[in-house]
Amino acid sequence: MVFFSYLISGISLGSVYAIIALGYTMVYGIAKMLNFAHGDVIMVGGYVCYCALSYLHLPAIVSVPLAMIACTVLGVVIEGLAYRPLRQAGSLAVLITAIGVSYFLQNGAQLIWSATPKNFASVVHFDLPSSLTSLGLSSEAIVTVGACIVIMIALTTFVNKTKLGKAMRCCSEDKGAAQIMGINVNRTISMTFAIGSALAAVAGVLLCSAYPTLQPTTGSMPGIKAFTAAVFGGIGSIPGAFLGGLLLGVIEAMAKAYISTNLANTIVFAVLIIVLLVRPTGLLGKYAPEKV
Amino acid sequence: MKGLKKTMRVDFATYIGVTVAFVVMYLLQLGGHLSNSLSGQMVPICCFVSMAVSLNLVVGISGELSLGHAGFMSVGAFSGVIAGMSLADVIPSVPVRLAIALVVGAFFAAIAGFIVGVPVLRLRGDYLAIVTLAFGQIIKDLINCLIVGYDSHGLHIVFNVSGLKSVTDLHLEEGGKAIIKGAQGAVGVTKMASFPAGYILVMITLIIVLNMVRSSTGRSIMAIRDNRIAAESVGINVTKYKLIAFVSSAALAGAAGALYGLNYGSLVSSRFDFNTSILILVYVVLGGLGNIWGSVIGATVLYILPEMLRSFSNYRMLIYAVVLILVMLLTNNEQFKQWRENMAEKLGRGKRAEGGV
Repeated sequence: MVFFSYLISGISLGSVYAIIALGYTMVYGIAKMLNFAHGDVIMVGGYVCYCALSYLHLPAIVSVPLAMIACTVLGVVIEGLAYRPLRQAGSLAVLITAIGVSYFLQNGAQLIWSATPKNFASVVHFDLPSSLTSLGLSSEAIVTVGACIVIMIALTTFVNKTKLGKAMRCCSEDKGAAQIMGINVNRTISMTFAIGSALAAVAGVLLCSAYPTLQPTTGSMPGIKAFTAAVFGGIGSIPGAFLGGLLLGVIEAMAKAYISTNLANTIVFAVLIIVLLVRPTGLLGKYAPEKV
Repeated sequence: MKGLKKTMRVDFATYIGVTVAFVVMYLLQLGGHLSNSLSGQMVPICCFVSMAVSLNLVVGISGELSLGHAGFMSVGAFSGVIAGMSLADVIPSVPVRLAIALVVGAFFAAIAGFIVGVPVLRLRGDYLAIVTLAFGQIIKDLINCLIVGYDSHGLHIVFNVSGLKSVTDLHLEEGGKAIIKGAQGAVGVTKMASFPAGYILVMITLIIVLNMVRSSTGRSIMAIRDNRIAAESVGINVTKYKLIAFVSSAALAGAAGALYGLNYGSLVSSRFDFNTSILILVYVVLGGLGNIWGSVIGATVLYILPEMLRSFSNYRMLIYAVVLILVMLLTNNEQFKQWRENMAEKLGRGKRAEGGV
């Protein structure tokens, strides 16, 4: 029974990681950049939702879409102002810019909302029968896992079945060729950032519902973990991000429960290193041999 | 031959520049012309210059993105602090003890570098980056679990995995002293670092890195960076040279960490987290990849910049972030590059061979 409750908390944490990792992996797959500011977009999403709930007294059903819209706009603006001019530059230049954006968001949030942690009221609360709560299930966990599965299915369908999804796959394969075929590469990349940031907002709200403290650095550690999850599953692969996120969450919860709270992160990262040594492109990553 | 002379001129200019800067600042400090806050920053600046130069060896010269450089600094800092503190009775002379602490720090960081480097250097690009990032986090957590003390029997080390152990579990005898107290970090450290020691560290780092870069080892490392397959086909042992760069960089970072650790009364492992690694990477990238004196200047300027922006109080990190983004956008702007090249040509310098970049 105890094991089951740890498993549930692991899966629900893993689902949040998976949603964030989807954003990382899509951006990486298309723009070939590590968007370190992604974690801070989560935090902004959390704050927007918090403000809508506590200051404007809006219902959750309005606040969450509001946070998603705000993050989408933010993501597209960041991409347009900071990343687009560096399209031809080296990957390190983009990485440093992403770090600059991350600092900017964190410090901006600190100025606006101050560094004192805010107490985030959970947006999902419905009563569960006691037979379920005794298993360690919470309404947050159910909503989180449900949201993750819905997002996963929607995203896979979107990427595989729609025209824009096809354009995205083209851009990730070969930007030059995609452009020749008449695909607007810049618009496709903007779209990717928009989707990734909207997902980040959802993840932010879910994360804060499960762990109800919100501060300007809330996003950075889940951001790093989700990035790890994306790499773990094979960066650039959407099912990989899902799998990596879930596994990471479960490993973390189990390590916390059975080995050591202090060393939970160490175990997560050690597993990552071992997986990468055996499968250098992650669990579901494609191996592309170098041609001479 | 002319090209060789030019690199030598640049190297000597770097040495002389650092020396002149040191002498000027040291005299100002002795004369009491420096503000307290600036005076206290001299040792950290030296440490971070040394960190940036050593990271440049990996990122710029060897072309591998490392996001865990602070992890090596951390290993060096804590092993250096342990050495510096526990040898207090055996070696009373502070400079000698400091030197030993730096060597110990470098040694343990080199071992860590080797352990990480052997498996990790098989990976490429962003995967290597994520593993070094993971390594930095692991080191931070492991040091948080470490409890170390010493008495007349030598060092006592307890590994606090359960989170329940404390200093009493060391079973120190009367007169023994705890050095590292788990998550509290190292406390009651004797400050041994001084500005001249920092200067010597920077000079040693520069001499090691510059000599390595200009030697056949350095040329092999750069050949691997530019084209791994071509380098392999002319008989360069890729793993060996990558490892040389990685381990030397880790060792130098360890020495810098030891000096940094012995500059403060207390030290926690979260000071060497992911953000510190990133900060050092920013110094290197803004200073110029593969450009050693660029790293020296980049680290110095960017370390002081947040202090200079202090008058903007709350806005200073925001401004720092904006400056960072703008500098990256500007230095990668085609028009700006063109303009800079034109200016350089007008001034009669920087004439480049046709077809060169």
